[in-house]
Amino acid sequence: MSQQAFEPKLVGFLCNWCSYTGADLAGTARMTYAPNLRIIRVMCSGRVDPQFVLKAFQEGADGVLISGCHPGDCHYQEGNYKALRRHRLLSKMLEQFGIEKERFRLEWVSAAEGAKFQKVCNEFTEQIRKLGPLSWNGGKKNE
Amino acid sequence: MIHLTIDGKKLEVEEGTTILQAAEKADIHIPTLCYHPLLEPYASCRVCIVEVEHQGKKELLTSCNTLVREGMVVETASERVLRARKLNVEMLLARAPAAEPVKKIAQELGIEKPRFEIKDPQEKCILCGLCVRACEEVVGANAISFINRGQEREVAPPFGEPSEACIGCTACAFFCPTGAITYEDLYGRQVIHEELNLGPATAIRVPIRQAVPMVPFIDEDACIHFKTGNCQLCVKVCEKEAINHDMKEEEIEIEVGSIILASGFKPFDARRIPAYGYGRFPNVITALEFERLVNASGPTGGKILLANGQEPKAVGIIHCVGSRDENYNEYCSRVCCMYSLKFAHLIREKTEADIYDFYIDMRCFGKGYEEFYHRLLHEGTKFIRGRVSEITDIPLTPEEEGKLIIRVEDTLVGTVRRIPVDMVILATGLEPSLDHNEIAHIFNISCSQDTFFLERHPKLAPVSTFSDGIFLAGTCQSPKDIPDTVAQAGAAASEALALADKGTFELEPITAEIDEKLCAGCQICVSLCPFNAITYNKEKHISEVNDALCKGCGTCVSACPSGAAQQKHFRDLQIMAEIEGLFID
Repeated sequence: MSQQAFEPKLVGFLCNWCSYTGADLAGTARMTYAPNLRIIRVMCSGRVDPQFVLKAFQEGADGVLISGCHPGDCHYQEGNYKALRRHRLLSKMLEQFGIEKERFRLEWVSAAEGAKFQKVCNEFTEQIRKLGPLSWNGGKKNE
Repeated sequence: MIHLTIDGKKLEVEEGTTILQAAEKADIHIPTLCYHPLLEPYASCRVCIVEVEHQGKKELLTSCNTLVREGMVVETASERVLRARKLNVEMLLARAPAAEPVKKIAQELGIEKPRFEIKDPQEKCILCGLCVRACEEVVGANAISFINRGQEREVAPPFGEPSEACIGCTACAFFCPTGAITYEDLYGRQVIHEELNLGPATAIRVPIRQAVPMVPFIDEDACIHFKTGNCQLCVKVCEKEAINHDMKEEEIEIEVGSIILASGFKPFDARRIPAYGYGRFPNVITALEFERLVNASGPTGGKILLANGQEPKAVGIIHCVGSRDENYNEYCSRVCCMYSLKFAHLIREKTEADIYDFYIDMRCFGKGYEEFYHRLLHEGTKFIRGRVSEITDIPLTPEEEGKLIIRVEDTLVGTVRRIPVDMVILATGLEPSLDHNEIAHIFNISCSQDTFFLERHPKLAPVSTFSDGIFLAGTCQSPKDIPDTVAQAGAAASEALALADKGTFELEPITAEIDEKLCAGCQICVSLCPFNAITYNKEKHISEVNDALCKGCGTCVSACPSGAAQQKHFRDLQIMAEIEGLFID
């Protein structure tokens, strides 16, 4: 398998009200985007525990995305601010593990921004494709 | 009570009444010029003179300021009175030949031309003093007064210069009976049809003719009372004593279970398309302005007229102004095609004008709509399929002189055409109301890509939002016409009622819970909860979640250091399992 065939494995934690709905909108609008992002729905981006991010990388993710409502628009008032804080701290920690900060991304996608979700997916996929696989667990496959 | 006789009629009136007021009560007309019921009488014009016989004396007195006395016998039109009145009016006419009320009384008295020299044929001021009294008694500004004596007497501000005491209330102009005092708008606003631009208005007024409730309000910024402490004429004339200047704005808190948002729309601002000349050409008007023009209670009584008062010979109606346009709003505003057809029909009914409709597609989706379109086709309306690029008044041929020329690509014919018309109506689209974003923020609801409020599901839940108990109705959710708005409003009302009527309420099962055995009582979760759903139990030394308050965001769960807090259906183990599942190849 040559380097060009590397398909990044990306995990996305999407908040139910804004980002997941935005992604849904991209789908109903029949927008095409890279299929590399595997989505896990949570009610709020504030639900995302740093352990989930680590687990994702551990299981073989080359990149992790957290996406929530725009600041000020969180369905639960402030959850996205907590996600923002956790992202900043966790990024620093991951860098010390040798995980490039480009691999852990935080985005704000509202329920109307299907186009933005499409853009984020495509950009993230290309970015990680250029960075290459993470192989943090040695590329271990699940038995 | 005083008893007196006026023109042979025996009257009984209260003490303190003037002869003029007594005559009014008896339906006897005495002409006046300088009298106004809301101001103190001044008796300067001498037109209201009557002959009064009292206690053996017979004399000519002014009825506006003479109080009635017991046993008076008054004659309002005796020979002596008429002679005196005629002379007075003749002199007034010589002084102010252009004053309409004077001309009217002169005509009634049979005066054709005054025998006195006319100094200024344009003069209207009869020195009645109503303006001075108004400024003093009503407004309390005292900005104008009489100056000089004799021939030079006139009304002016101090030293004849603009006075700072003048508050610009135009009360003087309001009370002036002859129109000698005028005012103008210094900012040069182009008033096309005065009423359309809602020109000058009184401080106490009904907001619009269709106001609900149909009750006037007081505009604090314009009201003289709030500026000088005076006036309150409205209070004086209100028979029901319904006016109270001391009312203050109150904020009232009402607890409700459900809310229906029906904040409506605002029309697209046609000034955003400079090429169409709205604001530059007086005869380019928006749809809403045309509705007002053609309304029977409007400024022209429903006649379709140009700014110069003439009837148009050709009218152009431009569809999709601000809609279906990448540069402004991509969506279709839904109602414009139909109201444009309505306009075309009305213009056909009321004028002989040629009518041009410039459209992209004809959207006649409702009941009877397509049939109405066919009727228009038979009426001879000319439909041109193409987007109008500009409206110009620069003529290229003699036929285009004095016209507004519409430049459009006629896509069915395949050429660019110049259509000269007299009036252009812009079918402006719909946009969310001005305070749309504020409302979205207060109620924490999202907006869709077209910036209208987002419904929970476009097909299955068009009146609910993602927040339970908040419903949508009308054009705040998307552009729609009246039948659809009524239907949606009914749906929203019934959903809101169903919520209240059920007696039970469904909660989401995805709330957080705290395992007593694992909780260390660190209270990190307590401070994080945006809904104050977690409280610290001092006896048990643990934190507890209130199921009814918890909204299920999960913030506390991810912050809990011991894993005691978990979210039902979104447990850590469940999400971890999902992550593992994503990588099973």
